[in-house]
Amino acid sequence: MFFLIIFLNTQIAPPTNIKVFDTPNDEGGSISIEWRLPKEDCDTLNLIQGYEIYRAEKKEGPFENVGFNIKGKSYYEDKGVKDGKEYFYYVKVVGRDTAKSEVSGPVKSAPQWFNTSRLNVLLVVILFSFIVIWYIERAKKGEKLFIRSIPGLDAIDDAVGRATEMGRPILFSFGLGYITDVVTIAALAVLGKIARKAAEYSTRLLIPNYDPIVMTAAQETVKEAYSEVGRPDLYKEGDITYLTADQFGYAAGVDGIILRERPGAVFWQGYFFAESLILAETGHRVGAIQIAGTVAITQLPFFIAACDYTLIGEEMYAASCYLKPEPHMLGSLKGEDLAKAVINIFLIAVVILTTANAFFNLPVLNSIVEKINNWFVVR
Amino acid sequence: MKRQLPLFLTFITGLLLIVTFFIPHKPFGGLEQRFLVWYSIISGFAVLLGLDSLIAHHLHKIRWEKQGRFYSALLLFSLFLTLFLGFFSWAKYKSPFALGSPFMFLYTYTIIPLQGTMFALLAFFIASAAYRAFRARTFEATLLLIAAVLVMLGRVPLGSWLWKQIASLFGNPQLNRIELFAIISDWIMNIPQTAAKRGIFIGTALGGIAMSIRIILGIERTYMK
Repeated sequence: MFFLIIFLNTQIAPPTNIKVFDTPNDEGGSISIEWRLPKEDCDTLNLIQGYEIYRAEKKEGPFENVGFNIKGKSYYEDKGVKDGKEYFYYVKVVGRDTAKSEVSGPVKSAPQWFNTSRLNVLLVVILFSFIVIWYIERAKKGEKLFIRSIPGLDAIDDAVGRATEMGRPILFSFGLGYITDVVTIAALAVLGKIARKAAEYSTRLLIPNYDPIVMTAAQETVKEAYSEVGRPDLYKEGDITYLTADQFGYAAGVDGIILRERPGAVFWQGYFFAESLILAETGHRVGAIQIAGTVAITQLPFFIAACDYTLIGEEMYAASCYLKPEPHMLGSLKGEDLAKAVINIFLIAVVILTTANAFFNLPVLNSIVEKINNWFVVR
Repeated sequence: MKRQLPLFLTFITGLLLIVTFFIPHKPFGGLEQRFLVWYSIISGFAVLLGLDSLIAHHLHKIRWEKQGRFYSALLLFSLFLTLFLGFFSWAKYKSPFALGSPFMFLYTYTIIPLQGTMFALLAFFIASAAYRAFRARTFEATLLLIAAVLVMLGRVPLGSWLWKQIASLFGNPQLNRIELFAIISDWIMNIPQTAAKRGIFIGTALGGIAMSIRIILGIERTYMK
């Protein structure tokens, strides 16, 4: 009874502090409306259902309903406006009662030429590109650059040799990667090296595919590699086939091929998901030497557990430079290393700053840490 | 020309996609979506290439290989049956994905259980891989084993029960109230594990950008072979 009296006597206040403005960093055709929620929005009596947004071309109207927000939401983007035209808005709260806000405006929408919220990304990309290009130029001038050895890539020759000695084929898989994934392009470089070696030793190379475009790229890469070593006759299109675009169907198909053909060497290079361990454990079961490489962080532990060698993350991207150590390729790798060093120094500095802030809680430190955190937010 | 044209196209496309990320103004704003639509169209046609490869491969097996020809025939039969049921459902129910259509029946009662079966196999593969990875042969493997046992204890009721038994030995009621294995498990997952993961992630991100720069500038040409 008490609650019923409160329910019946409570008047809903209209939304206040209406702000209308051109939606920032967009391609135009959008106006943002923001308002302060009435205090009844938070109560448990459910007096408010939501907010209707009204728009007109003149202050006196006529207004038309252009959208609805459920209770608790105080921001709306009206995407049905024309650039350069003036508009007026009000917000009506709807529920047990209705209450209109004041009319706000005029406001015009306009497209922006630069997304200012992404300035941070632009600066980092420019800096990183500059470092990489600078190192490429240095390498072109003949400077000797040291690159550490990558055991997984060094073992390619051994793996192919072992498969040849055993009289078994080699199996290569790109996983579930598409040609739009950079890692698939990196894997093509590894495939080129394997295919050349396989052609030299006259060993069969099997490549079951998940994506038809990747299949075509793989066919071209292998064909080219076989021609390079003077054995185009060894190329068989039937060995590089399309399997399926279903994740576990692909896993079942590749497992079947492994158990039937019993390859001596297996290469898992590309993008993998939950099927990674199903594939790698089957390869282990037939006694194949296995070299994996992926940038899928969640699958790395599975490959490390099941394979003989694993290219971890960036090693995969470095493969093409490592296998073809031309100056400009190595230069880009060195540039990457310098960028990593810069990031590490920056991270250490921020860790020290944040720790000091946690200990001393000084307003100056607090504001610096907050500014750094905000600067790295990408919208 | 055969080499220069693809390099030029790659450079222009790469540059345009970078520009669209920073410039929302037309015509750049919607360009990324448009490129994705173009890619989808190409992918659609590429499926025909895949089908051609699949059918040719299995027809060859049926014709020339004695072993496994039955499975190849079964695969082709299933492929054409699915295709037929898809078109039939489209014609009769206006959409192959309509509830109650034969195509959806095939998907729900054949494809999904088969996918589930393959996924379920993962449990056995995890057990065999974990056995090999956790054999305490080296210091690192021992460390991995200890960390894995602690994480597992922190995430199963057995760990909670075990800690309560240990705590009762000390006779301190304060110890009984905490979940030590869960705390250790969370710490391992949130601090060392996340730190390592982020390290790899930063390296991968930088590697990806460097590789993209190499592709856009025409330094990396392996995809053209």
